[in-house]
Amino acid sequence: MIDRKLSTVASMAPPPVGLWILFESSGVNSAKDVLNEFFEWFGDLGIFFWRVVRAAASPPFEFRELFRQLDEIGSKSLPLVALAGGAIGVVLSLQSRQSLTRFGAKSLLPAAIVFSIIHEIGPIITALVVAGRVGAGIGAELASMKVTEQVDAIEASAVNPYRLLAAPRILACILMLPLLTLAADLCGLVMGWVAQALVEPLSLHQFITSGFKGTGFTDFLPPTFKTAVFGLIIGLIACFQGMRTEGGAAGVGRAATSSVVLSSLLLIMADVVLVKIIIIFFP
Amino acid sequence: MQSMDTIDQIAVTRETAEENGSAPVVAVEDLHKSYGSQKVLNGISLTVTRGETLAVLGRSGTGKSVLLRLIIGLEKPDSGSVRIHGQDITGMPLDEIGDIRKKMGFLFQQGALYDSLTIEQNVAFPLRHHKKTMSKSDQDERVSALLAEVGMAGQSEKMPSDISGGMRKRVGLARALVLEPDILLLDEPTAGLDPISAAEIDELVLKLQAEHHMASIVVTHDLHSAKTIADRLALLNEGNVVIVGSFQDLQESDIEFVGEFLRHS
Repeated sequence: MIDRKLSTVASMAPPPVGLWILFESSGVNSAKDVLNEFFEWFGDLGIFFWRVVRAAASPPFEFRELFRQLDEIGSKSLPLVALAGGAIGVVLSLQSRQSLTRFGAKSLLPAAIVFSIIHEIGPIITALVVAGRVGAGIGAELASMKVTEQVDAIEASAVNPYRLLAAPRILACILMLPLLTLAADLCGLVMGWVAQALVEPLSLHQFITSGFKGTGFTDFLPPTFKTAVFGLIIGLIACFQGMRTEGGAAGVGRAATSSVVLSSLLLIMADVVLVKIIIIFFP
Repeated sequence: MQSMDTIDQIAVTRETAEENGSAPVVAVEDLHKSYGSQKVLNGISLTVTRGETLAVLGRSGTGKSVLLRLIIGLEKPDSGSVRIHGQDITGMPLDEIGDIRKKMGFLFQQGALYDSLTIEQNVAFPLRHHKKTMSKSDQDERVSALLAEVGMAGQSEKMPSDISGGMRKRVGLARALVLEPDILLLDEPTAGLDPISAAEIDELVLKLQAEHHMASIVVTHDLHSAKTIADRLALLNEGNVVIVGSFQDLQESDIEFVGEFLRHS
């Protein structure tokens, strides 16, 4: 059940510390209130996550909705992610070339591009682009359903809204983020090579041989699969913000904005922790 | 501890009592609900038997819609009980309450149709989720029959955004009835409609009530509609039930608020 009491409290709850622009609109003044709201928000998020996990782990499974979301989140984000990855590849090539030439290490350019994109830039750019596109979409869609009582209607029809609405979206985000990251990596590398080849003739074979020299699966798999955690963050935050919305059109707008802002912020914070963990386990 | 035989016997006895109207299908007892410091319901008790329609009247903000949401378990009361077929649903977890909700139909104030689904898909939604053993053709047949019953035949492929408010309520009513519920909850079925559409909805509710013989609770502030479709009327004020009875009982009442409400309706 979408607990109204929890929802009412949560609707007044601002997002975590740092988003002062959203605090101002909530009318919260004292530091104590801010701290209380901060912990309440995380508590509500934990309860929401637990309900989704319980709903997702028990039948009936909503496969049709999951496939629809895989298409919505995966296929439809692909052009945007590919474009962002390609652009970053070009920028990285142009910027790195200047710096490396200054230090007489121009021959390391392919390796610099490959490592930068695969280790960090590909995953984080993909996650931020998806947070912008998908986070806002999920947040606004679910918020709109909530304020027009469609979520209540689902519940009144004896269908679990956590199972039907939240679980497929979150799962689709988790599954699609690594695949989209691969696409962004590929586009970034190809465009990085193109940018370099336009300045100085270099075959793709030479670029790949030189760039991937000394790399193994441990360089490639952990950074790619850490994006599954980013997917969890994006899906969870967007569904949570959407399904607790109140207050008509203004509430829908707030849910969409806060979904993007909070998921972007949290996934960057999570990246710090994940990078440290990857360094410890895959030195 | 009661044996299984005794429990079965009690269930059969209750069912028989419900059939002949002597046992309430819905029983609300001493229900309290507050939001923060604002008390909305302050100890409400009501019962509805099979085949009976109870209209809940009152001014805006007296907790009429909240009462319906508590009855279907969309919200939990602060205290008191809501018994559906004798089972208290107030402490039930989500999965268990689902079985009870399958016996209940709910018409939301604005229809609450799923805007990404067609009219037909909206009505079929509960069937697709709960009658998986029913063949697709049987499901489609049932949906078509219900749409015809509510006067929406031939509109099945339209989207909710393409139809009027009155039509949305008709579709919402068809969706509420698709699982053949024992209990029908209607939240302001005539609100926001012109007098002709409102009268059509009233007639439709009366017709469906006669055909399906459900226990119905209608929340409304439209006294004319309540008088038309309800067997009994309950008037709420400041979270309390002021009076329960027939329209005539209300007219004959010497309670000041009842007289004031009737005069302004």
